[in-house]
Amino acid sequence: MDELALHVLDIVENSLAAGADRIRIAVDEDRRHNRLVIRIRDNGRGMSARALKRSMDPFYTTKTVRRIGLGLSLMAQACRAAGGRLDVRSTRGRGTSVRAEFVFDHIDRQPLGNMALTVVNIMAAGGAGVDIAYEHKIARRVFRFDTRAVRKIVPPETWRQPAVLNALCKRIEQALKSIS
Amino acid sequence: MKLKIGDLEKIRDKVKRTAILREGKAKAKVTVHMGTCGIAAGARDILSKMMHEIERNKIKDVIITTSGCAGLCSREPMATVEISGKPPVKYVNLNADKVKKIVLNHLIGGKIVNEYALAIGSERTH
Repeated sequence: MDELALHVLDIVENSLAAGADRIRIAVDEDRRHNRLVIRIRDNGRGMSARALKRSMDPFYTTKTVRRIGLGLSLMAQACRAAGGRLDVRSTRGRGTSVRAEFVFDHIDRQPLGNMALTVVNIMAAGGAGVDIAYEHKIARRVFRFDTRAVRKIVPPETWRQPAVLNALCKRIEQALKSIS
Repeated sequence: MKLKIGDLEKIRDKVKRTAILREGKAKAKVTVHMGTCGIAAGARDILSKMMHEIERNKIKDVIITTSGCAGLCSREPMATVEISGKPPVKYVNLNADKVKKIVLNHLIGGKIVNEYALAIGSERTH
């Protein structure tokens, strides 16, 4: 994967597979402290202590379609390559949280990439049954997007329709541009 | 900063004019495979291209969603096109040009694009 937004999408696909209906994504571009931090939290079924311990082993998975689970291990590798680290916490029945930290100006840090497209992709994946809160901080400027506010105006039954996804993607892209 | 209520109202009004209001009434469903393998192979861009082509061609009654890995990682990016009342068709090794052709021929014209199709069959979505 060549951008961090794709890793985020991959991790959130795990959240959805774990039955999460509330997903929080926070991106903090802290250039002052030369740090980029991405946090993903879900309220899915969580992992057992054993599964958590092995979650970054690429040859461990709970899936049955094939016995390889690369999502977290790829993100961990992306963190390590950029002088950072990945922390995963999980509680059975309560959810999982992932914190990825990178040295912002590290030569091997992957670009953040298109977070707007990742967010609407998650909306297409989760549909009406999943809420997403996305916060993006650049220095002291913050953009917040929460589908709980969107659902009051745009009917959630329409969230999988291309016209809605395209329009939301464009608005989020514009908002991100305005804080960068 | 947040999205403005006015922006969301514009989206809602656009939906009222151009889209169906219930997923169950959709004529077609496109599922882009979004496992780690699919994402690494470019599935997110395939989904984006699908969204744009469907909107550009003013197709009203199609919904888009994603699924996990289907177990055919070497054939990613993949997508399944289901037209109501017809068997789902799995397309493999997709790129932007193939998506354009699938939208025109299959979603609009109702004809399967045999050269890009692997099999008939669908997979679990979220």
